[in-house]
Amino acid sequence: MTDALAMGGYGVYVWSCFGLTLIVIIICTVQAWRRHRTIFNNARTQIRAMKSD
Amino acid sequence: MTVYEEQFPGLWQGFAAVVKRDLTLAWKRPGDVLNPLFFFAMVSALFPLAVGPSQEQLQLSGPGVVWVAALLAALLSLNSLFLSDFEDGSLDQLILSPQPLPMLALAKALAHWLVAGLPLVLVSPMIAVSFQMPGQTVEVMLITLTFGTISLSMLGSIGAALTVGLHRGTALLSLLILPLAMPVLIFGARTVSLAAANDPVAAGIYFLAAYCILTLTLAPFATATALRISSE
Amino acid sequence: MAIWNFLHKMASPPHFYGLAAKIIPWFAVTGIALFVYGAIGGLFYAPPDYQQGDAFRIIYVHVPAAYLSMLAYVVMAIAAGIGLIWRIKLSHAVAASAAPLGAWFTFLALVTGSIWGRPMWGTWWEWGDPRLTSELIMLFLYFGYMALRAAIDDTAKADKASAILAMVGAVNIPIIHFSVEWWSSLHQGATLVRADGPAIETTMLYPLLAMIFGFSFLFGALLLQRVRAEVLFRERRSRWVHDLVMPAGDTQ
Repeated sequence: MTDALAMGGYGVYVWSCFGLTLIVIIICTVQAWRRHRTIFNNARTQIRAMKSD
Repeated sequence: MTVYEEQFPGLWQGFAAVVKRDLTLAWKRPGDVLNPLFFFAMVSALFPLAVGPSQEQLQLSGPGVVWVAALLAALLSLNSLFLSDFEDGSLDQLILSPQPLPMLALAKALAHWLVAGLPLVLVSPMIAVSFQMPGQTVEVMLITLTFGTISLSMLGSIGAALTVGLHRGTALLSLLILPLAMPVLIFGARTVSLAAANDPVAAGIYFLAAYCILTLTLAPFATATALRISSE
Repeated sequence: MAIWNFLHKMASPPHFYGLAAKIIPWFAVTGIALFVYGAIGGLFYAPPDYQQGDAFRIIYVHVPAAYLSMLAYVVMAIAAGIGLIWRIKLSHAVAASAAPLGAWFTFLALVTGSIWGRPMWGTWWEWGDPRLTSELIMLFLYFGYMALRAAIDDTAKADKASAILAMVGAVNIPIIHFSVEWWSSLHQGATLVRADGPAIETTMLYPLLAMIFGFSFLFGALLLQRVRAEVLFRERRSRWVHDLVMPAGDTQ
Protein backbone atom coordinates (compact mmCIF):
# COMPACT_ATOMS: atom_id res chain seq x y z
CA MET A 1 0.00 0.00 0.00
CA THR A 2 2.69 2.50 0.95
CA ASP A 3 4.63 1.35 -2.13
CA ALA A 4 1.71 2.28 -4.33
CA LEU A 5 1.43 5.68 -2.65
CA ALA A 6 5.17 6.38 -2.87
CA MET A 7 5.13 6.03 -6.69
CA GLY A 8 8.78 5.07 -6.80
CA GLY A 9 9.85 8.29 -5.13
CA TYR A 10 7.67 10.49 -7.33
CA GLY A 11 4.68 10.30 -4.97
CA VAL A 12 4.74 13.98 -4.04
CA TYR A 13 4.60 15.08 -7.67
CA VAL A 14 2.00 12.58 -8.85
CA TRP A 15 -0.36 13.01 -5.90
CA SER A 16 -0.11 16.79 -5.86
CA CYS A 17 -1.06 16.85 -9.56
CA PHE A 18 -4.08 14.59 -9.04
CA GLY A 19 -5.06 16.50 -5.90
CA LEU A 20 -4.82 19.80 -7.70
CA THR A 21 -6.96 18.48 -10.54
CA LEU A 22 -9.62 17.47 -8.07
CA ILE A 23 -9.47 20.87 -6.38
CA VAL A 24 -9.79 22.75 -9.67
CA ILE A 25 -12.77 20.65 -10.74
CA ILE A 26 -14.44 21.20 -7.37
CA ILE A 27 -13.80 24.94 -7.54
CA CYS A 28 -15.32 25.08 -11.04
CA THR A 29 -18.34 23.09 -9.88
CA VAL A 30 -18.95 25.22 -6.81
CA GLN A 31 -18.51 28.41 -8.83
CA ALA A 32 -20.98 27.32 -11.50
CA TRP A 33 -23.71 26.21 -9.13
CA ARG A 34 -23.26 29.08 -6.71
CA ARG A 35 -23.43 31.59 -9.57
CA HIS A 36 -26.63 30.01 -10.80
CA ARG A 37 -28.18 30.12 -7.36
CA THR A 38 -27.15 33.73 -6.74
CA ILE A 39 -28.63 34.88 -10.05
CA PHE A 40 -31.79 32.87 -9.42
CA ASN A 41 -32.25 34.36 -5.95
CA ASN A 42 -31.44 37.88 -7.14
CA ALA A 43 -34.10 37.60 -9.82
CA ARG A 44 -36.62 36.47 -7.22
CA THR A 45 -35.75 39.29 -4.80
CA GLN A 46 -36.01 41.84 -7.58
CA ILE A 47 -39.43 40.62 -8.72
CA ARG A 48 -40.72 40.59 -5.15
CA ALA A 49 -39.43 44.12 -4.60
CA MET A 50 -41.20 45.22 -7.76
CA LYS A 51 -44.45 43.61 -6.67
CA SER A 52 -44.45 45.06 -3.18
CA ASP A 53 -43.98 48.57 -4.56
CA MET B 1 -23.23 56.07 -63.15
CA THR B 2 -20.96 58.98 -64.01
CA VAL B 3 -22.78 61.13 -61.52
CA TYR B 4 -22.04 58.59 -58.85
CA GLU B 5 -18.37 58.53 -59.77
CA GLU B 6 -18.16 62.28 -59.65
CA GLN B 7 -19.89 62.52 -56.32
CA PHE B 8 -17.78 60.04 -54.42
CA PRO B 9 -14.02 59.82 -54.46
CA GLY B 10 -12.53 56.49 -55.51
CA LEU B 11 -11.23 53.76 -53.28
CA TRP B 12 -7.62 54.91 -53.32
CA GLN B 13 -8.54 58.56 -53.01
CA GLY B 14 -10.33 57.85 -49.75
CA PHE B 15 -7.42 55.70 -48.63
CA ALA B 16 -4.89 58.41 -49.47
CA ALA B 17 -6.99 61.10 -47.80
CA VAL B 18 -7.02 59.20 -44.51
CA VAL B 19 -3.27 58.54 -44.63
CA LYS B 20 -2.55 62.15 -45.52
CA ARG B 21 -4.77 63.44 -42.75
CA ASP B 22 -3.11 61.27 -40.10
CA LEU B 23 0.37 62.22 -41.30
CA THR B 24 -0.55 65.91 -41.16
CA LEU B 25 -1.89 65.48 -37.63
CA ALA B 26 1.29 63.68 -36.60
CA TRP B 27 3.39 66.46 -38.15
CA LYS B 28 1.53 69.01 -36.06
CA ARG B 29 2.00 66.97 -32.88
CA PRO B 30 5.60 65.76 -33.12
CA GLY B 31 5.40 64.39 -29.58
CA ASP B 32 3.34 61.49 -30.89
CA VAL B 33 6.24 60.44 -33.09
CA LEU B 34 9.08 61.29 -30.74
CA ASN B 35 7.78 59.83 -27.47
CA PRO B 36 7.78 56.20 -28.65
CA LEU B 37 11.24 56.75 -30.13
CA PHE B 38 12.61 58.07 -26.85
CA PHE B 39 10.91 55.21 -25.07
CA PHE B 40 12.51 52.74 -27.48
CA ALA B 41 15.98 54.24 -26.96
CA MET B 42 15.57 54.44 -23.21
CA VAL B 43 14.33 50.88 -22.71
CA SER B 44 17.24 49.66 -24.82
CA ALA B 45 19.60 51.68 -22.64
CA LEU B 46 18.12 50.22 -19.46
CA PHE B 47 19.30 46.71 -20.29
CA PRO B 48 23.06 47.32 -20.36
CA LEU B 49 22.68 49.36 -17.17
CA ALA B 50 20.76 46.54 -15.49
CA VAL B 51 22.69 43.58 -16.86
CA GLY B 52 26.20 45.02 -16.86
CA PRO B 53 28.55 46.22 -19.55
CA SER B 54 29.98 42.80 -20.48
CA GLN B 55 30.33 42.83 -24.25
CA GLU B 56 29.60 39.16 -24.77
CA GLN B 57 26.40 39.35 -22.82
CA LEU B 58 25.26 42.45 -24.68
CA GLN B 59 25.95 40.79 -28.01
CA LEU B 60 23.87 37.79 -26.98
CA SER B 61 20.94 39.74 -25.59
CA GLY B 62 21.00 42.56 -28.17
CA PRO B 63 18.47 41.13 -30.66
CA GLY B 64 16.02 40.26 -27.91
CA VAL B 65 16.33 43.64 -26.25
CA VAL B 66 15.84 45.56 -29.49
CA TRP B 67 12.78 43.49 -30.33
CA VAL B 68 11.15 43.72 -26.92
CA ALA B 69 11.79 47.45 -26.80
CA ALA B 70 10.36 47.91 -30.31
CA LEU B 71 7.29 45.87 -29.41
CA LEU B 72 6.63 47.94 -26.28
CA ALA B 73 7.26 51.23 -28.07
CA ALA B 74 4.86 50.31 -30.87
CA LEU B 75 2.29 49.31 -28.26
CA LEU B 76 2.69 52.63 -26.46
CA SER B 77 1.46 54.62 -29.43
CA LEU B 78 -1.39 52.26 -30.35
CA ASN B 79 -3.75 53.59 -27.73
CA SER B 80 -4.06 56.89 -29.56
CA LEU B 81 -4.74 55.27 -32.94
CA PHE B 82 -8.50 55.84 -32.88
CA LEU B 83 -8.81 57.82 -29.65
CA SER B 84 -8.75 61.40 -30.98
CA ASP B 85 -11.00 60.39 -33.89
CA PHE B 86 -13.39 58.85 -31.39
CA GLU B 87 -13.40 61.93 -29.18
CA ASP B 88 -13.95 64.52 -31.91
CA GLY B 89 -16.50 62.45 -33.79
CA SER B 90 -14.50 61.93 -36.97
CA LEU B 91 -14.59 58.18 -36.32
CA ASP B 92 -18.34 58.25 -36.93
CA GLN B 93 -17.69 60.12 -40.16
CA LEU B 94 -15.29 57.40 -41.26
CA ILE B 95 -17.85 54.71 -40.46
CA LEU B 96 -20.67 56.54 -42.22
CA SER B 97 -18.62 57.39 -45.29
CA PRO B 98 -19.45 55.50 -48.51
CA GLN B 99 -15.92 54.12 -48.61
CA PRO B 100 -15.50 50.49 -47.51
CA LEU B 101 -14.53 50.67 -43.87
CA PRO B 102 -11.86 47.91 -44.01
CA MET B 103 -9.99 50.02 -46.58
CA LEU B 104 -10.07 53.03 -44.27
CA ALA B 105 -9.01 50.85 -41.34
CA LEU B 106 -6.07 49.69 -43.44
CA ALA B 107 -5.22 53.33 -44.17
CA LYS B 108 -5.36 54.19 -40.46
CA ALA B 109 -3.11 51.27 -39.55
CA LEU B 110 -0.61 52.05 -42.30
CA ALA B 111 -0.53 55.70 -41.24
CA HIS B 112 0.18 54.47 -37.72
CA TRP B 113 3.05 52.40 -39.07
CA LEU B 114 4.48 55.37 -40.97
CA VAL B 115 4.30 57.52 -37.84
CA ALA B 116 5.24 55.00 -35.14
CA GLY B 117 6.72 51.91 -36.80
CA LEU B 118 8.98 53.23 -39.53
CA PRO B 119 10.88 55.65 -37.24
CA LEU B 120 11.59 52.72 -34.88
CA VAL B 121 13.04 50.74 -37.78
CA LEU B 122 15.18 53.68 -38.83
CA VAL B 123 16.51 54.32 -35.33
CA SER B 124 17.20 50.66 -34.53
CA PRO B 125 20.69 50.50 -36.19
CA MET B 126 21.93 53.02 -33.63
CA ILE B 127 20.82 50.77 -30.82
CA ALA B 128 22.19 47.72 -32.63
CA VAL B 129 25.61 49.37 -32.80
CA SER B 130 25.55 50.02 -29.07
CA PHE B 131 24.91 46.30 -28.57
CA GLN B 132 27.96 45.47 -30.74
CA MET B 133 25.92 43.88 -33.52
CA PRO B 134 27.95 43.08 -36.65
CA GLY B 135 26.95 44.63 -39.99
CA GLN B 136 25.12 41.73 -41.64
CA THR B 137 23.07 41.27 -38.45
CA VAL B 138 21.91 44.87 -38.62
CA GLU B 139 20.69 44.23 -42.15
CA VAL B 140 18.63 41.23 -41.04
CA MET B 141 17.34 43.23 -38.09
CA LEU B 142 16.13 45.99 -40.38
CA ILE B 143 14.27 43.52 -42.61
CA THR B 144 12.64 41.67 -39.70
CA LEU B 145 11.74 44.89 -37.90
CA THR B 146 10.11 46.26 -41.06
CA PHE B 147 7.85 43.24 -41.53
CA GLY B 148 7.35 42.92 -37.77
CA THR B 149 6.31 46.50 -37.10
CA ILE B 150 3.83 46.41 -40.00
CA SER B 151 2.29 43.26 -38.49
CA LEU B 152 2.20 44.92 -35.08
CA SER B 153 0.44 47.99 -36.46
CA MET B 154 -2.14 45.76 -38.15
CA LEU B 155 -2.71 43.55 -35.09
CA GLY B 156 -2.65 46.60 -32.86
CA SER B 157 -5.32 48.33 -34.90
CA ILE B 158 -7.70 45.48 -34.01
CA GLY B 159 -6.94 45.93 -30.32
CA ALA B 160 -7.18 49.72 -30.54
CA ALA B 161 -10.55 49.44 -32.29
CA LEU B 162 -11.85 47.04 -29.64
CA THR B 163 -10.76 49.19 -26.70
CA VAL B 164 -11.49 52.67 -28.07
CA GLY B 165 -13.72 54.58 -25.70
CA LEU B 166 -13.15 52.24 -22.77
CA HIS B 167 -11.75 53.30 -19.42
CA ARG B 168 -8.45 51.61 -18.57
CA GLY B 169 -7.98 51.17 -22.30
CA THR B 170 -4.17 51.23 -22.36
CA ALA B 171 -3.50 48.36 -19.98
CA LEU B 172 -6.30 46.35 -21.56
CA LEU B 173 -4.90 46.94 -25.03
CA SER B 174 -1.52 45.51 -23.99
CA LEU B 175 -3.23 42.49 -22.47
CA LEU B 176 -5.13 41.86 -25.71
CA ILE B 177 -2.30 42.46 -28.16
CA LEU B 178 0.83 41.07 -26.50
CA PRO B 179 -0.17 37.38 -26.67
CA LEU B 180 -1.18 37.82 -30.30
CA ALA B 181 2.13 39.51 -31.06
CA MET B 182 4.13 36.58 -29.69
CA PRO B 183 4.84 34.96 -33.10
CA VAL B 184 6.25 38.25 -34.39
CA LEU B 185 8.48 38.63 -31.36
CA ILE B 186 9.68 35.03 -31.49
CA PHE B 187 10.50 35.01 -35.18
CA GLY B 188 11.86 38.54 -35.18
CA ALA B 189 14.23 38.19 -32.26
CA ARG B 190 15.32 34.63 -33.06
CA THR B 191 16.05 35.44 -36.68
CA VAL B 192 18.31 38.31 -35.66
CA SER B 193 20.02 35.99 -33.15
CA LEU B 194 20.52 33.43 -35.90
CA ALA B 195 22.05 36.09 -38.12
CA ALA B 196 24.42 37.05 -35.31
CA ALA B 197 25.51 33.39 -35.08
CA ASN B 198 25.97 33.20 -38.89
CA ASP B 199 23.13 30.69 -39.23
CA PRO B 200 20.64 30.68 -42.14
CA VAL B 201 17.93 33.28 -41.63
CA ALA B 202 15.67 32.74 -44.67
CA ALA B 203 13.02 30.72 -42.77
CA GLY B 204 12.43 33.46 -40.21
CA ILE B 205 12.28 36.21 -42.81
CA TYR B 206 9.85 34.24 -44.96
CA PHE B 207 7.65 33.62 -41.94
CA LEU B 208 7.62 37.29 -40.97
CA ALA B 209 6.83 38.31 -44.54
CA ALA B 210 4.00 35.77 -44.71
CA TYR B 211 2.63 36.87 -41.34
CA CYS B 212 2.83 40.49 -42.44
CA ILE B 213 0.77 39.72 -45.56
CA LEU B 214 -1.71 37.71 -43.50
CA THR B 215 -2.30 40.58 -41.09
CA LEU B 216 -2.46 43.12 -43.95
CA THR B 217 -5.18 41.01 -45.54
CA LEU B 218 -7.30 39.96 -42.58
CA ALA B 219 -6.78 42.56 -39.85
CA PRO B 220 -8.58 45.44 -41.63
CA PHE B 221 -11.80 43.43 -41.68
CA ALA B 222 -11.56 42.67 -37.96
CA THR B 223 -10.69 46.30 -37.24
CA ALA B 224 -13.62 47.56 -39.28
CA THR B 225 -16.08 45.27 -37.50
CA ALA B 226 -14.61 46.24 -34.14
CA LEU B 227 -14.92 49.94 -34.97
CA ARG B 228 -18.57 49.52 -35.86
CA ILE B 229 -19.21 47.77 -32.53
CA SER B 230 -17.21 50.25 -30.45
CA SER B 231 -18.97 53.29 -31.91
CA GLU B 232 -22.48 51.91 -31.42
CA MET C 1 -36.92 22.24 -42.40
CA ALA C 2 -37.44 20.09 -39.34
CA ILE C 3 -33.81 20.56 -38.42
CA TRP C 4 -34.17 24.35 -38.54
CA ASN C 5 -37.21 24.22 -36.32
CA PHE C 6 -35.28 22.00 -33.94
CA LEU C 7 -32.27 24.33 -33.87
CA HIS C 8 -34.47 27.33 -33.42
CA LYS C 9 -36.22 25.71 -30.50
CA MET C 10 -32.86 24.70 -28.99
CA ALA C 11 -31.61 28.26 -29.17
CA SER C 12 -34.63 29.61 -27.32
CA PRO C 13 -33.45 30.43 -23.80
CA PRO C 14 -36.30 28.88 -21.75
CA HIS C 15 -36.15 25.65 -23.71
CA PHE C 16 -32.39 25.48 -23.39
CA TYR C 17 -32.57 26.25 -19.68
CA GLY C 18 -34.86 23.31 -19.03
CA LEU C 19 -33.16 20.89 -21.39
CA ALA C 20 -29.69 21.62 -19.98
CA ALA C 21 -30.93 20.83 -16.49
CA LYS C 22 -31.92 17.38 -17.76
CA ILE C 23 -28.63 16.76 -19.59
CA ILE C 24 -26.27 17.90 -16.81
CA PRO C 25 -26.75 14.88 -14.49
CA TRP C 26 -26.03 12.46 -17.36
CA PHE C 27 -22.89 14.33 -18.32
CA ALA C 28 -21.79 14.57 -14.70
CA VAL C 29 -22.30 10.88 -13.98
CA THR C 30 -20.57 9.78 -17.19
CA GLY C 31 -17.73 12.20 -16.54
CA ILE C 32 -17.21 11.11 -12.95
CA ALA C 33 -17.33 7.41 -13.90
CA LEU C 34 -14.75 7.85 -16.64
CA PHE C 35 -12.63 10.02 -14.35
CA VAL C 36 -12.63 7.44 -11.56
CA TYR C 37 -11.85 4.60 -13.99
CA GLY C 38 -9.09 6.64 -15.61
CA ALA C 39 -7.58 7.74 -12.31
CA ILE C 40 -7.50 4.25 -10.82
CA GLY C 41 -6.24 2.70 -14.05
CA GLY C 42 -3.65 5.40 -14.52
CA LEU C 43 -2.43 5.48 -10.94
CA PHE C 44 -2.35 1.77 -10.11
CA TYR C 45 -2.81 -0.48 -13.15
CA ALA C 46 -0.77 1.18 -15.88
CA PRO C 47 2.83 -0.08 -15.80
CA PRO C 48 5.48 2.52 -14.94
CA ASP C 49 7.14 4.16 -17.91
CA TYR C 50 10.54 2.60 -18.70
CA GLN C 51 12.22 6.02 -18.70
CA GLN C 52 10.20 8.16 -16.34
CA GLY C 53 9.08 5.57 -13.83
CA ASP C 54 5.92 6.51 -11.99
CA ALA C 55 6.30 10.24 -12.69
CA PHE C 56 4.73 9.70 -16.11
CA ARG C 57 1.38 9.10 -14.39
CA ILE C 58 0.99 12.88 -14.29
CA ILE C 59 0.13 12.50 -17.98
CA TYR C 60 -3.32 11.29 -16.90
CA VAL C 61 -4.24 14.73 -15.66
CA HIS C 62 -1.85 16.93 -17.63
CA VAL C 63 -2.81 15.84 -21.14
CA PRO C 64 -6.60 15.98 -20.58
CA ALA C 65 -6.23 19.43 -19.01
CA ALA C 66 -4.16 20.65 -21.95
CA TYR C 67 -6.65 19.12 -24.37
CA LEU C 68 -9.54 20.83 -22.58
CA SER C 69 -7.76 24.18 -22.65
CA MET C 70 -7.73 23.94 -26.45
CA LEU C 71 -11.24 22.49 -26.72
CA ALA C 72 -12.66 25.28 -24.56
CA TYR C 73 -11.07 27.88 -26.82
CA VAL C 74 -12.46 26.19 -29.93
CA VAL C 75 -15.92 26.04 -28.34
CA MET C 76 -15.60 29.69 -27.32
CA ALA C 77 -14.44 30.90 -30.74
CA ILE C 78 -17.04 28.91 -32.69
CA ALA C 79 -19.86 29.99 -30.35
CA ALA C 80 -18.67 33.60 -30.54
CA GLY C 81 -18.53 33.42 -34.34
CA ILE C 82 -22.03 31.95 -34.58
CA GLY C 83 -23.28 34.63 -32.21
CA LEU C 84 -21.67 37.39 -34.24
CA ILE C 85 -22.77 36.16 -37.66
CA TRP C 86 -26.27 34.79 -36.95
CA ARG C 87 -26.97 36.98 -33.92
CA ILE C 88 -27.95 34.07 -31.71
CA LYS C 89 -27.92 35.30 -28.12
CA LEU C 90 -27.55 31.84 -26.64
CA SER C 91 -24.26 31.24 -28.40
CA HIS C 92 -22.83 34.46 -26.95
CA ALA C 93 -23.79 33.12 -23.53
CA VAL C 94 -21.94 29.88 -24.37
CA ALA C 95 -18.81 31.80 -25.41
CA ALA C 96 -18.88 33.91 -22.26
CA SER C 97 -19.27 30.80 -20.09
CA ALA C 98 -16.55 28.77 -21.79
CA ALA C 99 -13.80 31.33 -21.15
CA PRO C 100 -13.40 31.00 -17.34
CA LEU C 101 -13.53 27.19 -17.60
CA GLY C 102 -10.91 27.25 -20.34
CA ALA C 103 -8.73 29.48 -18.19
CA TRP C 104 -9.02 27.07 -15.25
CA PHE C 105 -8.05 24.08 -17.37
CA THR C 106 -5.17 26.02 -18.90
CA PHE C 107 -4.00 26.89 -15.41
CA LEU C 108 -4.26 23.22 -14.43
CA ALA C 109 -2.27 22.15 -17.51
CA LEU C 110 0.41 24.71 -16.69
CA VAL C 111 0.79 23.74 -13.05
CA THR C 112 0.73 19.98 -13.64
CA GLY C 113 3.20 20.44 -16.50
CA SER C 114 5.44 22.42 -14.21
CA ILE C 115 5.21 19.82 -11.43
CA TRP C 116 5.94 17.10 -13.99
CA GLY C 117 8.95 19.06 -15.17
CA ARG C 118 10.48 19.21 -11.72
CA PRO C 119 11.56 15.52 -11.48
CA MET C 120 12.09 15.20 -15.27
CA TRP C 121 14.11 18.31 -16.06
CA GLY C 122 15.16 19.26 -12.54
CA THR C 123 13.41 22.62 -12.89
CA TRP C 124 9.92 23.95 -12.29
CA TRP C 125 9.88 25.80 -15.57
CA GLU C 126 11.60 24.81 -18.78
CA TRP C 127 11.33 27.46 -21.50
CA GLY C 128 12.59 24.92 -23.98
CA ASP C 129 9.35 22.96 -23.86
CA PRO C 130 7.07 24.34 -26.57
CA ARG C 131 3.85 22.92 -25.14
CA LEU C 132 4.20 24.57 -21.74
CA THR C 133 5.10 27.89 -23.35
CA SER C 134 2.09 27.64 -25.67
CA GLU C 135 -0.14 26.95 -22.67
CA LEU C 136 1.20 30.06 -20.96
CA ILE C 137 0.32 32.21 -23.99
CA MET C 138 -3.05 30.47 -24.08
CA LEU C 139 -3.68 31.58 -20.49
CA PHE C 140 -2.87 35.18 -21.48
CA LEU C 141 -5.34 34.90 -24.37
CA TYR C 142 -8.07 33.79 -21.96
CA PHE C 143 -7.20 36.63 -19.57
CA GLY C 144 -7.37 39.13 -22.42
CA TYR C 145 -10.78 37.82 -23.49
CA MET C 146 -12.18 37.97 -19.95
CA ALA C 147 -10.65 41.40 -19.29
CA LEU C 148 -12.24 42.79 -22.46
CA ARG C 149 -15.63 41.40 -21.45
CA ALA C 150 -15.26 42.85 -17.95
CA ALA C 151 -14.30 46.27 -19.28
CA ILE C 152 -17.46 46.70 -21.36
CA ASP C 153 -20.61 47.33 -19.34
CA ASP C 154 -23.16 46.77 -22.08
CA THR C 155 -23.64 43.01 -22.48
CA ALA C 156 -24.57 43.10 -26.17
CA LYS C 157 -21.52 45.21 -26.96
CA ALA C 158 -19.24 43.04 -24.82
CA ASP C 159 -20.55 39.98 -26.66
CA LYS C 160 -19.70 41.34 -30.07
CA ALA C 161 -16.34 42.91 -29.19
CA SER C 162 -15.12 39.81 -27.38
CA ALA C 163 -16.37 37.64 -30.26
CA ILE C 164 -13.99 39.44 -32.61
CA LEU C 165 -11.14 38.94 -30.16
CA ALA C 166 -11.96 35.24 -29.80
CA MET C 167 -11.96 34.77 -33.57
CA VAL C 168 -8.71 36.68 -34.05
CA GLY C 169 -7.22 34.55 -31.29
CA ALA C 170 -8.46 31.36 -32.94
CA VAL C 171 -6.69 32.31 -36.18
CA ASN C 172 -3.55 33.10 -34.20
CA ILE C 173 -3.37 30.04 -31.95
CA PRO C 174 -2.01 27.64 -34.60
CA ILE C 175 0.52 30.30 -35.62
CA ILE C 176 1.55 30.88 -32.00
CA HIS C 177 1.88 27.14 -31.49
CA PHE C 178 3.97 26.78 -34.64
CA SER C 179 6.25 29.69 -33.76
CA VAL C 180 6.84 28.44 -30.21
CA GLU C 181 7.59 25.00 -31.65
CA TRP C 182 10.11 26.51 -34.11
CA TRP C 183 11.63 28.63 -31.38
CA SER C 184 12.28 25.71 -29.04
CA SER C 185 13.58 23.49 -31.85
CA LEU C 186 16.53 25.86 -32.08
CA HIS C 187 17.16 25.42 -28.39
CA GLN C 188 19.29 22.40 -27.51
CA GLY C 189 17.62 21.73 -24.21
CA ALA C 190 15.92 18.89 -22.45
CA THR C 191 12.74 17.71 -24.10
CA LEU C 192 10.17 15.62 -22.40
CA VAL C 193 10.01 12.10 -23.78
CA ARG C 194 6.68 11.74 -25.45
CA ALA C 195 4.71 8.99 -23.78
CA ASP C 196 2.24 8.74 -26.64
CA GLY C 197 4.57 6.97 -29.06
CA PRO C 198 3.37 4.15 -31.31
CA ALA C 199 4.24 1.35 -28.87
CA ILE C 200 1.99 2.54 -26.04
CA GLU C 201 0.39 -0.30 -24.11
CA THR C 202 -3.36 -0.56 -23.85
CA THR C 203 -3.21 -0.57 -20.04
CA MET C 204 -1.53 2.84 -20.38
CA LEU C 205 -3.70 4.09 -23.22
CA TYR C 206 -7.22 3.22 -22.06
CA PRO C 207 -7.06 5.16 -18.79
CA LEU C 208 -5.70 8.15 -20.72
CA LEU C 209 -8.56 8.02 -23.21
CA ALA C 210 -11.01 7.60 -20.33
CA MET C 211 -9.54 10.66 -18.63
CA ILE C 212 -9.77 12.74 -21.81
CA PHE C 213 -13.42 11.78 -22.34
CA GLY C 214 -14.16 12.09 -18.62
CA PHE C 215 -12.73 15.61 -18.55
CA SER C 216 -14.75 16.47 -21.65
CA PHE C 217 -18.02 15.31 -20.08
CA LEU C 218 -17.27 17.18 -16.86
CA PHE C 219 -16.46 20.25 -18.92
CA GLY C 220 -19.77 19.78 -20.73
CA ALA C 221 -21.69 19.63 -17.45
CA LEU C 222 -19.90 22.66 -16.00
CA LEU C 223 -20.36 24.60 -19.23
CA LEU C 224 -24.09 23.84 -19.37
CA GLN C 225 -24.57 24.96 -15.78
CA ARG C 226 -22.62 28.16 -16.38
CA VAL C 227 -24.68 28.85 -19.51
CA ARG C 228 -27.86 28.29 -17.50
CA ALA C 229 -26.76 30.91 -14.99
CA GLU C 230 -25.72 33.26 -17.80
CA VAL C 231 -29.06 32.82 -19.61
CA LEU C 232 -30.98 33.43 -16.42
CA PHE C 233 -29.03 36.62 -15.82
CA ARG C 234 -29.46 37.90 -19.37
CA GLU C 235 -33.19 37.14 -19.41
CA ARG C 236 -33.85 38.32 -15.86
CA ARG C 237 -36.51 40.76 -17.00
CA SER C 238 -38.37 38.32 -19.21
CA ARG C 239 -41.69 36.66 -18.59
CA TRP C 240 -40.39 33.10 -18.41
CA VAL C 241 -37.75 33.92 -15.79
CA HIS C 242 -40.45 35.68 -13.83
CA ASP C 243 -42.63 32.55 -13.90
CA LEU C 244 -39.66 30.34 -13.18
CA VAL C 245 -38.34 32.07 -10.07
CA MET C 246 -41.71 32.82 -8.46
CA PRO C 247 -43.16 29.80 -6.65
CA ALA C 248 -46.79 29.16 -7.56
CA GLY C 249 -48.18 30.08 -4.15
CA ASP C 250 -46.11 33.23 -3.71
CA THR C 251 -48.50 36.06 -3.03
CA GLN C 252 -46.00 38.51 -1.62
